[in-house]
Amino acid sequence: MRHALIIAVRYTILTTILLGLVYPLVITGIAQVTMREKADGQLITRNGVVVGSAIIGQSFASDRYFHGRPSAAGNGYDAANSGGSNLAQSNSGLVDRVNGAVAAYQKLNPGKPVPIDLVTTSASGIDPDLSPAAAFYQVPAVAAARHLPEPTLHKLVEDHIQGREFGVFGEPRVNVLKLNLDLDALTASR
Amino acid sequence: MTPNGWVQFLIYFVVLLLCMRPIGIYMARIFSGELKFLRPVENAIYRICGVRRQTEMNWREYTVAMLLFSAISLLLTYVIQRTQQFLPWNPQHLPAVAPDLAWNTAASFTTNTNWQAYTPETTMSYFTQMVTLAYHNFFSAAVGIAVAVALVRGIARRETKLIGNFWVDTTRTCLYLLLPICLIYSLVLVSQGVVQNLHPYTVVQTLEHGTQTIAQGPVASQEAIKMLGTNGGGFFNANSAHPFENPTPFSNFLQMVSIFLIGAGLTVTLGRMTGSPGHGWAVFACMSILFVAGFVVAYWAESQPHPLLHGVDQRVSTLQSGGNMEGKETRFGISQSALFATITTDASCGAINSWHDSFTPLGGLVPLANIMLGEIVFGGVGSGLYGMLIYVVLSVFIAGLMVGRTPEYLGKKIEAYDVKMCMLYVLIFPILILVPAAISAVSPQMGLSVLTNHGPHGLSELLYAFTSAAGNNGSAFAGLNANTHWYNFTLGWGMLCGRFLMMVPMLALAGNLAQKKSIPPSPGTFPVNTALFTFLLTSVILIVGALTFFPALSLGPILEQLLLHHGVLVS
Repeated sequence: MRHALIIAVRYTILTTILLGLVYPLVITGIAQVTMREKADGQLITRNGVVVGSAIIGQSFASDRYFHGRPSAAGNGYDAANSGGSNLAQSNSGLVDRVNGAVAAYQKLNPGKPVPIDLVTTSASGIDPDLSPAAAFYQVPAVAAARHLPEPTLHKLVEDHIQGREFGVFGEPRVNVLKLNLDLDALTASR
Repeated sequence: MTPNGWVQFLIYFVVLLLCMRPIGIYMARIFSGELKFLRPVENAIYRICGVRRQTEMNWREYTVAMLLFSAISLLLTYVIQRTQQFLPWNPQHLPAVAPDLAWNTAASFTTNTNWQAYTPETTMSYFTQMVTLAYHNFFSAAVGIAVAVALVRGIARRETKLIGNFWVDTTRTCLYLLLPICLIYSLVLVSQGVVQNLHPYTVVQTLEHGTQTIAQGPVASQEAIKMLGTNGGGFFNANSAHPFENPTPFSNFLQMVSIFLIGAGLTVTLGRMTGSPGHGWAVFACMSILFVAGFVVAYWAESQPHPLLHGVDQRVSTLQSGGNMEGKETRFGISQSALFATITTDASCGAINSWHDSFTPLGGLVPLANIMLGEIVFGGVGSGLYGMLIYVVLSVFIAGLMVGRTPEYLGKKIEAYDVKMCMLYVLIFPILILVPAAISAVSPQMGLSVLTNHGPHGLSELLYAFTSAAGNNGSAFAGLNANTHWYNFTLGWGMLCGRFLMMVPMLALAGNLAQKKSIPPSPGTFPVNTALFTFLLTSVILIVGALTFFPALSLGPILEQLLLHHGVLVS
């Protein structure tokens, strides 16, 4: 028993050094040398300012931008406090929240049903994407706010649709931050 | 439900089938001692620690070593969490973790549960995550595999007391199996966009001139072993839904494969080590039936529109996945979310890429029921196999009773002692779930005050928490805010009992089986490599599970489903 205890202590310390320190640091080293941009989170810079990560959603409230999905992370799109609403389907709070969001969106598109992902919170709270349906849905409102023709914006959204990976995996999607960056560029060029 | 969703499922299953045989054979060679190419590293570890490689252990020695190692590594994890403010790689200057939470977390990671009562990005330093949490991801997996292998040795050997050497088994599991795969796998994950750095959190200026703080960290190295070792503890709170943990549909696919890889491979290992490959396949077939059934129900349920939402387009089309998108990520949609939820609870992984709490009532029933069946569908690495072997022994026993013969299993007579150990295993599990859940359900202050959802779904949240703890799963109906003294304490003990009170009878069974003589099969022997056996095994699992848990489930998810479709909401 005493012998086993000594082994257990030594074994814990030794393996902690090997697998708890050496392994992650080696991986960090290799990743930083070979794939630094990805390993650092695919940060996007505009005019010398870091404006976000390509794969982390951020909050958009103004009419001039396409909105992402509702977020339950912190006060909304808190990328240091990720999470979902955890509301059950049978929770009246969920139904009330969705109905409120639907009413707000239908002011801009009277009578047109709102795509489900645009009024439901994502799992991470920082979902970078929208379904193509939810992006197209917002075209009239953004076009009006920016005084841009709708077909131009429709085309912009179409160009931003990422299909299924390898044609099979996942779902088609539109990256909201990249879409809005190009929207700004498009407005500036006019 | 879409054709594409089914194709994704089919590809998944085929890839699993292609991978399991090579990995299973490789594992059999690890544990027979055949593989030697890392012998110098191995020997150095044994020399420093004072392990005698050639000396095997009886089941008591094996158990003592396993318990001592678990206790000491648990203690170290506790100490590091409590002192993380003095340790390096804490760029956010996070303070010491509170005592009850630190204890709960140490128990959670030591037992392969990875239940997380905390938000990692606001609680744990990089050092704590690497040195304690990711470390346990390796070793809780290795310990599980070691115990399963010891049991398989018990079945395969005859007239001996020895079932292997615990230190050698865990060391070889890490060196030959987990570490090499993780070295490659974590870099593949980085190539998909999983971050791997030690920077402070990045502060960015958003397009609308606000600021956003983006959590960083050494994620990929932890993510790889988190999935491969069926641990499931997220580097971030959103776990595999977080874009930095699981950025693309392809990384999601890889993560799903890596959850089942070792568990499925172990069925092949079982067949090879016992010299009965057909038996390994019969067990695999039973697991596959339960897996497919779970996925079909979850996928169907999550594709259904919410009956009480108006003015919302919930239909599936080429432009959206439709269905129940609350708590799901756009890039994964319904099919990859339902599949992930099924897999993570079939195995004792507990990683999530969508919030099970926001699933439809029947969709949420699937993960809950999967854990209640004992996570034997490929299962946790190691624990899935030995959990399944319990049901195998019970099936053989019941078949023996039906024809009035002493039951045999692969040449071993199954006697009173063996069946007692199995029944211990089967009985401890529901007690660990139902008793504390019942106490919580009648304690407004301790138990009910932390629920997000009430009514039948509140009961589901409670049940899920204790099921997840006892089953060492770690996923949650996360509306239950578990960081309270009551839950940290009860769930912590639930995890420890769910792990070790079930491992010890397993090792006792291994020791007892190893001692027995082998008897050649006779015409009266019930063969364990046939479709009939698979059918019987599946039935036994479902009957035991249903008899134990159906009453509780009928008051939770089933009642919720009925009420919801009659228009009843709960505030």
